[in-house]
Amino acid sequence: MTERGTPTLTGNRGLQIEEPLIFEQGHPDKTGVDLPDPPDLPDRLGGLARTGPIGLSGLSEPEVVRHYTRLSQKNYAIDAGFYPLGSCTMKHNPRLNERMARLPGFADLHPFQPQSTVQGALAVMHRLSEWLLGLTGMEAVALSPAAGAHGELCGMQAIRAALDARGAGDRRVVLVPDSAHGTNPATAALCGFKVRGVPGDDRGRVDLAAFREALDDQVAGVMLTNPNTCGLFENDIMALATAVHEAGAYFYLDGANFNALVGRVKIADLGVDAMHINLHKTFSTPHGGGGPGAGPTVLSPALAPFAPLPHVVAEADGGYRLIERVEGDMQPFGRMKGFHGQFGVFVRALSYLMSMGADGLRQASGDAVLNANYLLARLSETLTPSFEGPCMHEALFDDRFLKGTGVSTLDFAKAMIDEGVHPMTMYFPLVVHGAMLMEPTETESRDSLDAFCDAVLALADKARSGDAAFFTEAPRHTPRRRLDETRAARHPVLRWEPPEPAKAAE
Amino acid sequence: MRYLPLTDHDRRAMLDRIGAGSVDDLFCDVPAETLADAPFDALPEHATEMAVERDLSALATRNRAAGSGPCFLGAGAYRHHVPATVDHLIQRGEFLTAYTPYQPEVSQGTLQTLFEFQTQVALITGMEVANASMYDAATGVAEAAAMASRVTRRKRVLVAGGVHPHYAETTASFLRYTDIKVEVLDPDPVGIADLIGRVNEGHACVVVQNPDFFGRLSDLSALASECHAQGALLVVAVAEPVSLGLVKPPGEMGADIVVGEGHAIGSSLNFGGPGVGLFATRKKFVRHMPGRLAGETEDQDGRRGWVLTLSTREQHIRREKATSNICTNSGLVALAWTIHMSLLGEAGFSRLARLNHGKAVELVGLLEGVSGLEVVTPTFFNEVLVRLPGHDAAAVVETLAGKGILAGVPLSRFWPTFPELADGLLVCATETTEREDMEALARALTEALA
Repeated sequence: MTERGTPTLTGNRGLQIEEPLIFEQGHPDKTGVDLPDPPDLPDRLGGLARTGPIGLSGLSEPEVVRHYTRLSQKNYAIDAGFYPLGSCTMKHNPRLNERMARLPGFADLHPFQPQSTVQGALAVMHRLSEWLLGLTGMEAVALSPAAGAHGELCGMQAIRAALDARGAGDRRVVLVPDSAHGTNPATAALCGFKVRGVPGDDRGRVDLAAFREALDDQVAGVMLTNPNTCGLFENDIMALATAVHEAGAYFYLDGANFNALVGRVKIADLGVDAMHINLHKTFSTPHGGGGPGAGPTVLSPALAPFAPLPHVVAEADGGYRLIERVEGDMQPFGRMKGFHGQFGVFVRALSYLMSMGADGLRQASGDAVLNANYLLARLSETLTPSFEGPCMHEALFDDRFLKGTGVSTLDFAKAMIDEGVHPMTMYFPLVVHGAMLMEPTETESRDSLDAFCDAVLALADKARSGDAAFFTEAPRHTPRRRLDETRAARHPVLRWEPPEPAKAAE
Repeated sequence: MRYLPLTDHDRRAMLDRIGAGSVDDLFCDVPAETLADAPFDALPEHATEMAVERDLSALATRNRAAGSGPCFLGAGAYRHHVPATVDHLIQRGEFLTAYTPYQPEVSQGTLQTLFEFQTQVALITGMEVANASMYDAATGVAEAAAMASRVTRRKRVLVAGGVHPHYAETTASFLRYTDIKVEVLDPDPVGIADLIGRVNEGHACVVVQNPDFFGRLSDLSALASECHAQGALLVVAVAEPVSLGLVKPPGEMGADIVVGEGHAIGSSLNFGGPGVGLFATRKKFVRHMPGRLAGETEDQDGRRGWVLTLSTREQHIRREKATSNICTNSGLVALAWTIHMSLLGEAGFSRLARLNHGKAVELVGLLEGVSGLEVVTPTFFNEVLVRLPGHDAAAVVETLAGKGILAGVPLSRFWPTFPELADGLLVCATETTEREDMEALARALTEALA
């Protein structure tokens, strides 16, 4: 414990309080919810009543509040500080969005109320669609995908449906650049496609010649990220799109990095056939420690007929209608989830879009790109940028600046944690060694960026001065130090079990 | 603009540091012909917080909140009372504005909560292990079917007619372009389909729901035995997790994978989303599971802590060979679930379930007295199917909505092409349903059916 200074008697350290599992506290007789007596009537369970205890805990309300408050204090969060996690767009989450989503007229709506009683909700969905189509120039949008990867699935299934409809269902190859997110190949595989890799060039872009070479009559589509995962705009994009279409294939754009382009480029103009939009990245809805997100997917005229159900349409009388079943000539490939999509996320995103407006969104993408280039400029004094700039909304470095120091990208990241900043994305993209991908977003001030750069540059100097232990022993000041992930995977303990004596007493 | 900290002075100084003349210069790699030089003119300009609040509040008032009158809607979305504590705690910025816990040293709050969530899900379903959540039950069932195919190396999935139509459609859609064939049976409102006779050695799994979409509770033990005799898995969906406080859990009936919709615990209805998919299975299948998993371990000082684990199943490592393309789960909804479950505890969860069942028994007693109405479901938890012979249930629902009563969900909403289901109405009661609501419904139905 010497690494962390003088130990305390309890293991608590000031504001950091050790907190056992909920199951290790309280007593099953206690509860934090008062409920009326159930009616005294014979049951209608048909003999299927549960017998014996479930094994849940029992705590009063104040105990539960304290437990989860203490746990919350063991988390880093965008509210607490800079979170430059590349590819994740950790921008500020406005609280107005939360208030709007909690209006009883939105929060307390059942998905199967008669449509006449939910016109305002359908208007929200329709208005959000208009924003997304207005910003992308695309033909249609499927709102229901629940996350980015789910949106990818939507786009790729629409491509598969379009191929089948035109009798080209035997095309089974999808081109995916080596720098792609792991979800891209995983999604392609789910749609029955084989993945064909495409190498990058030394400018951090798709190698156009190799790309053309890889296109043949077996290719169903391509999945590109733009700006790409190296933080660069694919400046051959028009040629790439033309080649894809000439080959009879479709162009899926991974929208993870849309934040760089919002309000400046309509992606329809880039020849895109489908793109998902992460409302939880680009449009400020909270990440919530890993969801819920939403991944509405915009579609070109070629793919629009295949959009999954449900759809929302505006009626001539000013009302809105939710279409849940096939009508007319629509050919939906199916349904992606229960009910009508991530409605609570839609309200939050719409609240953000209305707040920012077309002018604010354009300013935001400009500031996001400016902030990333500022990091690139300042950090390039010592760190090693992987490619020549300018970058788009994220800056990519590799670990050449750490060569010979005995400090890895991981060690460097852990030392950043001790300095009070969340690390960047590490070891992704896979195309550069020891990658460090930094995405500052537009909601960081210049002071915040400067403080970050000062800390990172000081750490780089420290690494190069030969003090490897400072890094390999980090972090020292966190609720937990480095955790043994090998042990967790080799001997998985995935739930709490009652201690042995208690088991024996049962 | 209130969300943007940079001033024009900052921007100028930063551009100087970068060595660029303008922000537009930074977009030099973008083809000029695609780059707009002004805000898109078809979209509105920015708005104040006050203005946005006024505008969205006006839209909200164009909806009728489910709680503004008697509400008997279920069909996979159940209206429960969520303690104020839940919503307060999930809005703590440390939970709300954190990312997926990739840096475990500064994410122990999220990770420990997920571990508690996994434990609670495993306990109430009667299963050995659970994951850190799926998007919702519909996608969870789809993933369960794919998982069953991985486990058994078989390519056929049988979905019973008592499974929520959205779960069935999502599953068929999800697997549409794989080599797995999904057979969805016709809706089975009276529970007569012979599933046991249909299972054979070609099936990866049979998917059922309990209570089923029409409210019926069944003992699945014999079906589970037959599945296992044929080498297939039994996947059980649970749309109303509160039922597990009172009803024998799927794990005790031989289920191999249990999928649940968790939104009813901890969250508002939110027009049906976001939800949270509960996903539990047997320990021996854990490496075939989709989704994130939190696991216990120790830090370098020997203190207990938690990490995301078994990630070699996942897309960021395995790419096209991953068990699923899922990346995000439904973290914050899972957190709400866990906090609500922790508040309820053993005693509260069981009492809540008894209260729900008691209310439903009370409601059914009243409905059985309505002439021209027939209660179809014999054994149930908190929801039943009723028939209104000679009447279009959707029209009756509209009539009652006009009187301020959300009477139930007509089956024709899901199966418009099955005329024999047009008189079917799903009716549900929860702890939020008062005696006077039930009496109002019975009176209004009596009038409408007269």
